[in-house]
Amino acid sequence: MLGPVLLSIKVACVATIFAFVLGMFFAYILTRKRILGKSIWETILILPMVLPPSIVGYLLLKVFGKRGPIGSFLLDTFGIQIVFTWIACVIAACVVALPLMYQNAKAAFQSVDETYELAAHTLGSGEWKTFWTVTFPLARPGIVSGVILTFARAMGEFGATLMLAGNIEGQTQTIPTAIYYAVATGKEEEANTLVAVITMFSFLLIFGLNAWLKKKNYKV
Amino acid sequence: MGIYFKIKKRLDRFSIDVEYAFDKGVLVIQGESGAGKTTVLNCISGLKRPDEGRISIEKELVFDGQTDIPVKKRQVGYLFQNYALFPNMTVEKNIVYGIKNKREYKERNRRKALLEYADSVMETFGLTHLKKRYPHNLSGGEQQRAALARAMVTKPKLLLLDEPFSALDMKTKETVYEEFASIKDFLGIPTILITHDPRESRMFADHQIFMKDGRIVS
Repeated sequence: MLGPVLLSIKVACVATIFAFVLGMFFAYILTRKRILGKSIWETILILPMVLPPSIVGYLLLKVFGKRGPIGSFLLDTFGIQIVFTWIACVIAACVVALPLMYQNAKAAFQSVDETYELAAHTLGSGEWKTFWTVTFPLARPGIVSGVILTFARAMGEFGATLMLAGNIEGQTQTIPTAIYYAVATGKEEEANTLVAVITMFSFLLIFGLNAWLKKKNYKV
Repeated sequence: MGIYFKIKKRLDRFSIDVEYAFDKGVLVIQGESGAGKTTVLNCISGLKRPDEGRISIEKELVFDGQTDIPVKKRQVGYLFQNYALFPNMTVEKNIVYGIKNKREYKERNRRKALLEYADSVMETFGLTHLKKRYPHNLSGGEQQRAALARAMVTKPKLLLLDEPFSALDMKTKETVYEEFASIKDFLGIPTILITHDPRESRMFADHQIFMKDGRIVS
């Protein structure tokens, strides 16, 4: 029973790191820069949140499968197979959780008055330094909120994971897929324990986040 | 002339087309809201790019269409209408922020002198006892002093003040007017102040222009 718990934590951690980098990048670019086709980019980024996870999983399978454009490239060039590995769990969790990171980071950047950034520029700061010394610290509460929600969503990802990674015990079986399997095979006690673990974990994350946010909001 | 600007820029409602030169003292640009005053200031500072024109600060060409020195290298102090003190930093950190961006700050032997200079600026602006406070714990007048000290500590060649008194209530304004009049000469660098208040023009202007719909009307 420990296997799915450890794999879920590993997958959620790696997926959150990737979702953090991508979400922050797109949120910053789309709120601060003039980009061609901004609405299209935004729609693509939000799409995994509104599509059923099984459809997201199916699309990922088409892309990362042995005959998919990326899947075949990775297999032919580096001999790496994505589907039915723990990397597939990470990709599924990352894609499904990315909209949460993007949305939170976007709202956080939008809440930062651009005058602070302009002031930093007049004081000799370039864009990179302004971002790390002014924009990021002021947007931090929203960004941390995004990271935690992304992590929680990645921990609970089921549909897309099942499509792309399957449910291989000891390899791709995460907590949600293990619960599904336990219920399907009548192992109610195991399902109850795993449900308790994931519910408790999510509760503590959200509770901790709310407590931290109450303390950390800067007064402007 | 120390300061020269000729700026043409198309906006949504009208076009900015202004030209002026002055040597020292305070140039007040007066005009109603939406006259294009802040855009002129933003073009001079480098925050916005004019469509055409020429800007020189202390005889150094900073913009002429081909040359466009970025804002961080123009050595211009800018006091924003809302002061824009970084809410995540104390007064001291706000003031030292610009100094830390200077190349000399990376040289260890120069660093101490720069920080001592920042201390002296804080003292001049009566901020020493407030240096550990965050901006939201300061009064309007104190915030303005802190923002002005932050703009001055980098020893800019030109100071730009965008409606610096408009965020203050009437009672605080009177005190701040007096304070500003007393430090005006101490600042000792060419200054451009924009306002819609004729009283502020009368009090602080060494040179004065009126703007309407992007043009200098007198």
